[in-house]
Amino acid sequence: MAAGLLAGLAAGCKSNPFAPEDAAIQPSGEKVKLLSVDGEEIEVDKAFLKPVPDLPQVSNAAARVGMANKSFVMVIDLSRCKNLKKCQQACDHMHHVHPGQNWIKVDPMQDGDHTAKYWQPTTCMHCDEPPCVKVCPVDATFKRQDGIVLIDSDRCIGCRFCMAACPYSTRVFNWGDPEVPKEIADKPYSCETSMPQKKGTVGKCDFCPDMVRKGSLPHCVNACPNGTFFFGDINEDSVTNGSETFRFSDLIKDKAGYRLMEDLGTKPRVYYLPPVNRNFPFEVGEENEKQKS
Amino acid sequence: MKTSDITLTEQITNDLLPQKFGLRGKIWTSVLIAICLIGAYAYFLQLKTGLAVTNMGDYVSWGIYISNFVFFVAISLVGSLITAVLRLADVHWSTPLTRIAEIIAVSAIVFASLIIIVDMGRPDRFYHLFIYGRLQSPILWDVIVIGTYFVISLLLLYFPLLPDLKILLRHKDHSPKWMNRLYSLLGSFWKGTVGQVKINDKAINILCITIIPVAFSIHTVTSWLFATTYRPGWDSTNFGAYFISGAFLVGAGGVVVAMFVFRKYYHLERYITEKHFDRMGRIVVMLALLYLYFNINEYLIPAFKMKKPEEAHLTNLFAGDFAPIFWFAILVGMIIPILILLFKQGRKPLPMFIAGIMVVIGAWFKRYLIVTPTLLHPFLPMHDAPQRFFHYFPSWQEWAIAMGSLAGALLIITFFARIFPIIPIHETIIEDEKTA
Repeated sequence: MAAGLLAGLAAGCKSNPFAPEDAAIQPSGEKVKLLSVDGEEIEVDKAFLKPVPDLPQVSNAAARVGMANKSFVMVIDLSRCKNLKKCQQACDHMHHVHPGQNWIKVDPMQDGDHTAKYWQPTTCMHCDEPPCVKVCPVDATFKRQDGIVLIDSDRCIGCRFCMAACPYSTRVFNWGDPEVPKEIADKPYSCETSMPQKKGTVGKCDFCPDMVRKGSLPHCVNACPNGTFFFGDINEDSVTNGSETFRFSDLIKDKAGYRLMEDLGTKPRVYYLPPVNRNFPFEVGEENEKQKS
Repeated sequence: MKTSDITLTEQITNDLLPQKFGLRGKIWTSVLIAICLIGAYAYFLQLKTGLAVTNMGDYVSWGIYISNFVFFVAISLVGSLITAVLRLADVHWSTPLTRIAEIIAVSAIVFASLIIIVDMGRPDRFYHLFIYGRLQSPILWDVIVIGTYFVISLLLLYFPLLPDLKILLRHKDHSPKWMNRLYSLLGSFWKGTVGQVKINDKAINILCITIIPVAFSIHTVTSWLFATTYRPGWDSTNFGAYFISGAFLVGAGGVVVAMFVFRKYYHLERYITEKHFDRMGRIVVMLALLYLYFNINEYLIPAFKMKKPEEAHLTNLFAGDFAPIFWFAILVGMIIPILILLFKQGRKPLPMFIAGIMVVIGAWFKRYLIVTPTLLHPFLPMHDAPQRFFHYFPSWQEWAIAMGSLAGALLIITFFARIFPIIPIHETIIEDEKTA
């Protein structure tokens, strides 16, 4: 079903509960299958469907606190990445990231002279000891109870200390006008969608808390055709890429998961599974470098 | 005896009263104003378009604005060195230099504050620092100590000026009306009574003591803006001491340059003597050696180990893209001045002036090297970002604003010397009486 459209069924007269409130709406003849509250499969004319607006955005005060009893983690399986950059494209598109800049970077890595090359997607690590939050002079970037690190672009003064502090180079800056469509630029800023971005402030991967609130997965997780990204809640000990779900602790134990730059003590929330038994050779991904802007 | 005393006092006063700009003074001032205006225009463009007018990017997210800021904070430390440290050490020869040092400190700290606002993406939200300020952030520490240092420096400029204001008001015919009005506004309450002098001396003493920890703080905290991060080249426990030693060096170099210029332009050979140059020369040598010592620690010890993240950064400095600037800063900023000033002949005014200029220019580039190369060597590869982010050379707007700020600082010093006696008249008379 089209995104943003939830099936809202108009409860009209008793005889036909699916008749539209507004008698002027004529049936289009195109039927849509739905599941009724009784568990029956029913067919409804498409014209009778009523778009229901998205859940109202949480207030920025609630966005600062975060979701209760949640502790979000991400697992990135390096053996599955072939630098397709679908994650990046989806992320850039959904967050209206300034053309050329990316919140997700897919870095070509080689740890030692004779070690294998591999592709490493990097998001914000949502560290439990976030260096960026430590240095922020105005509490514009903050850590929530569910582990997510977000930015309040209405408060950020643009000093860029967080960018200098982040060892993962994950943060990007809106050097000029962020070039977002007008209808988005006119909306009030939400810390959870990180939109609309503002000139002279910092942006970064936000773990898509707005999607998570809706019970959906972050855009990058949904976009990867190889199921590289897993997202989940450490309290439930499960992570999923949409089609496969694993017990987080088992996955990390069995596949020898690790975090980036563990020695810095930043305690990231993004775990990596080593690039062993890879689905694609490194070279396959080099093709995808050409489409870079 | 008495008459000769009076004439001597008159002589000193006449020599040291502020003088009108000559032709050279007018040209100098207009050039500075022109540079400032170009800088102001560049800042106007930046306000309109955003920091996109700079060549900074997501990797080099701090550029010459920040290195210029560090330079200003560094040079401002000299106020505390010449005024406070030497005063508390009961050194008297430095008396004629105190006001020069203090006005350099004040003007530098003013432009340090301005340039940091220029660097902000959202200068319109500067007040957020006060309504949302987090005391845990080193930036807040910097705001606090720089504010404190500015106030103490201003008072250390003002209090010793009070007896001179009285002298200036006695010579009303010497200055235009608006200046006399300014003098009486600032100092008409000063009668020079025993009680007033006592309070003033005490106040200056207290300020001299308090300014030393504050001065150490401003530059230590500035070094912590870098040292509190993980990046190779910044992640150093040596940074506070390294910055402070460099700051005293550039400040002393700046004072030497200013001494030479004021002496030549205002014909102050009687007051700023070759002896002063000789002694300042010794101080500069000592400070340059000290700074060299910290540089050896800062570069050669990591280079001995060549840890992986440091390796790219250090080889880039020693033999890569930044090598010409790096060796320029080491040679011109430290080693050549040391070689000049170690010899008695080198501590004459002209060679001192040249060495002073070398120290200051070397120090400016040194600050650039502290900020930029590190940012070009992040832990993860520079990738999936616009090509222009992978290198950095300041845009014309950045140059214009940086040069405009330097010109602005010089302009404050120039105007100050036009309005107030750049060498303390009253203290010089007292010193003269003591030695006579």
